[in-house]
Amino acid sequence: MKRNPQLNAHGELQHLITLEGLSREILSAILDTAEPFAEVAEREVKKVPLLRGKSVFNLFFENSTRTRTTFEIAAKRLSADVINLNINTSSAAKGESLLDTVDNLAAMQADMFVVRHASSGAPYLIAQHLAATGRSHIRVVNAGDGRHAHPTQGLLDMYTIRHYKKDFTRLTVAVVGDVLHSRVARSQIHALRTLGVPEIRVIAPRTLLPAGVADMGVRVFQDMKEGLKGVDVVMMLRLQNERMQGALLPSPQEYFKYYGLTPEKLRLAKPDAIVMHPGPMNRGIEIDSAVADGAHSVILPQVTFGIAVRMAVMSMLAGS
Amino acid sequence: MKIHIKNGHVIDPANGIDRAADVFIAKGKIVGVTGGNPRGDGGTAPAGFEANATIDATGCIVCPGLVDLSARLREPGFEYRATLESEMAAAAAGGITSLACPPDTDPPLDEPGLVEMLTHRARRPEFSHVYPVGALTLKLEGKRLTEMAELAEAGCVAFGQANTPVLDTQVLMRAMQYAATFGFSVWLQAQDPYLAKNGVAHDGEISARLGLAGIPVVAETIALATLLHLARETGVRLHLTRISSADGIEMIAAARASGIAVTCDVAVHHLHLCDQDIGFFNPHARFDPPLRSLRDRDALRAGLASGAIDALCSDHTPVDDDAKQAPFDEAEPGATGLELLLPLTLKWAAEMKLPLATALARVTADPARILGIGAGTLAVGSAADVCVFDLRAPCRIGRETLKSQGKNTPFLGQDHHDLRGRVRCTLIEGHLAYDGAFV
Amino acid sequence: MPTLPDATALCAQLAAAMRPSITPQTALVGIHTGGAWIAERLHRELGIKPLLGSIDVAFYRDDYHQRGLHKGAKTSNIPFDVEGAHIVIVDDVLYTGRTIRAALNELFDYGRPARVDLAVLVDRGGRELPVAATWCPQALTLPASQTLVLERNSNDGEALSFRITEK
Repeated sequence: MKRNPQLNAHGELQHLITLEGLSREILSAILDTAEPFAEVAEREVKKVPLLRGKSVFNLFFENSTRTRTTFEIAAKRLSADVINLNINTSSAAKGESLLDTVDNLAAMQADMFVVRHASSGAPYLIAQHLAATGRSHIRVVNAGDGRHAHPTQGLLDMYTIRHYKKDFTRLTVAVVGDVLHSRVARSQIHALRTLGVPEIRVIAPRTLLPAGVADMGVRVFQDMKEGLKGVDVVMMLRLQNERMQGALLPSPQEYFKYYGLTPEKLRLAKPDAIVMHPGPMNRGIEIDSAVADGAHSVILPQVTFGIAVRMAVMSMLAGS
Repeated sequence: MKIHIKNGHVIDPANGIDRAADVFIAKGKIVGVTGGNPRGDGGTAPAGFEANATIDATGCIVCPGLVDLSARLREPGFEYRATLESEMAAAAAGGITSLACPPDTDPPLDEPGLVEMLTHRARRPEFSHVYPVGALTLKLEGKRLTEMAELAEAGCVAFGQANTPVLDTQVLMRAMQYAATFGFSVWLQAQDPYLAKNGVAHDGEISARLGLAGIPVVAETIALATLLHLARETGVRLHLTRISSADGIEMIAAARASGIAVTCDVAVHHLHLCDQDIGFFNPHARFDPPLRSLRDRDALRAGLASGAIDALCSDHTPVDDDAKQAPFDEAEPGATGLELLLPLTLKWAAEMKLPLATALARVTADPARILGIGAGTLAVGSAADVCVFDLRAPCRIGRETLKSQGKNTPFLGQDHHDLRGRVRCTLIEGHLAYDGAFV
Repeated sequence: MPTLPDATALCAQLAAAMRPSITPQTALVGIHTGGAWIAERLHRELGIKPLLGSIDVAFYRDDYHQRGLHKGAKTSNIPFDVEGAHIVIVDDVLYTGRTIRAALNELFDYGRPARVDLAVLVDRGGRELPVAATWCPQALTLPASQTLVLERNSNDGEALSFRITEK
């Protein structure tokens, strides 16, 4: 049970469920593989034939047009057939169970499931179910589960950092915002640690931090100005609408004043610091437009790199 | 029917017996426990006793049948999950001869007719004695009181809310006052519903890492403070069910020291598992209250040993596969427990190096005292509810071996748990309710 | 055991053989890794005008479904306009022909060249596809259990040499 559930007996990646527990070698191999895929997008024909004849099912139990699109583009650039399924969770709750849905789609000769689900652990449950029913040849890629993990986002963020900063082992990285509810933050923190980033900071008000956050190997800052001092990379997190007013935060205005990334606050970071955001951004709430569109921002390159990273992940899984 | 249980080692914590002895049963009652002299002779039968049946308990422990403070039988309302027949067979196979069932049936046990039907259905010689805990409020909604006196006449031994809280503290106080009027005890779980809202796991490192919504320990301690203050104010006999934290144990000990009449129990799974056992979202490690930290687990183990926690229960909760095969936060909490109570009690005792008599007291005499029933003893004249078990025989928990309809347990099919203690036979009022090999 | 071919001498012979066919429009594309080293040398010796190209055929290999993605795939780099160009694909050893098939497919995803030629140092036979080299200074027969590998001396970036490894 303690074996990392995404690896097979030979230690090869079979599914991508979380970045936790993956070795530096595996993470680096994915990033290395993504490099040549980045070039494919610049060709006349933006496609390679690796996944010809394979069926990739985008299984989205939680809506996200943007994430689904990036996976769809990645799969199509690998020549796979892509089937998009948006499964409304409320109708799923009334009728078919999650595993019934999976069984049905598996019977349609799926080769890969890209899964987005509101519950932490759902992609793992699917992978485990496929293994238990003798269908472990079907690969599972986690496209975001609850608050647990968003491994391809974490990987594309690492790709971006490596692209601009080369060496992870000299960096100070700050993750800013709603860590409590963020699967992105968890994946980022695991990957940053594994890749040897010596100082990972987390900046947020106490209401947006999980109880055990310090155990994840990060330095916690409540004061953003303190936390941004001398950092090389600022990774902003998205603040969901429903969290902006209520018991977690009093108002978007107050949040922006104390935790929004403005040019003034960014000046506390290193002069060559880069600013990242997983999108979609809430301008004027977690990030000032002047920063989002400014010289330090690498938010759009993140999106481009994201396609290459997802192509690398899919081709590494499907061919093993 | 006269039964002679010979050559066994009798442990009867209620009467301080822990020696080789024979047990004599007639007309469903204990008529003698004798023997254990230095010569190692068998016991001498009471005058005129001629056995119709003899049980050879060589190499086995003979103890009072176990008393379980919480076993969900799923009747009425959830018969697809379990039936009285399946769960009673499981109880007997687990050596349990008396059990209390919480009121969270469908409909809840909030009117005398339902309770009478349940106790009537359960009245069969091979069935364990069933002691319903009546609902404290109608439909467990926490708004209106139930007819407690009527329910008591129908067979309820206490009143509670299962895992459903009473939000309105005024209603809670009045329910306690009303119960105190009749001398009924009130059984409640201490968990603040607001702090536990949406939570599915202990609020700590594991839940942070797995991205599971947390239930902090203060959810327990705050609710405990409320319940303990109300108990002092109303003078009701309060029993706190399923304590989960080290801080909770300390608060209860302090309340006791200040003279509040309070008892508490812990679920057997919480003695052996902690939040780390969630592993990769194992839905079988989802419990209510949640499995807490290793430190809390160790405090529970020590608290039960010292008597700070009065009793140990199975918290038997059969859940069908469909309700467990779901993402962790959608899976139903709870585990099947009737057939695991004894082996898990023995495992705890062995790991804590406790005298067997102390350990068995927590599942026999102590819970019987909380229930206010004359069970959990081998005293002459008491009902012949007896469990005979082999302390060292390995006990494997498999889907096919479990008699309970609930196959949901984190201990399923795992030899490395090294569970020991196999029930050889269970007698209920002298009736052979379970025969696990010989007679 | 046959004598190992002399890679440096073969490079010179290959350049001499190609020289008459080189036009100002001729571009070179070396296949990673050995072919790219040779192409580098030819590019210099033949005074090729268009920038040197290189490709890694990992994404086009026909054994992906059996063996998975090749580890350490490199970025392909075609720094000239493929449309209408005369392209010479350069590789170290021609064997089954599968790598060349993959390289042709990849090349055509950049555009439609006017003509494609193939230059290799050694043809070791064993073809599984109808592929032939335009220029090849040496033919050699090796048992299937052996692999002919081109190496570049790490101390002296210029020195190329062949080595035989057993599978």
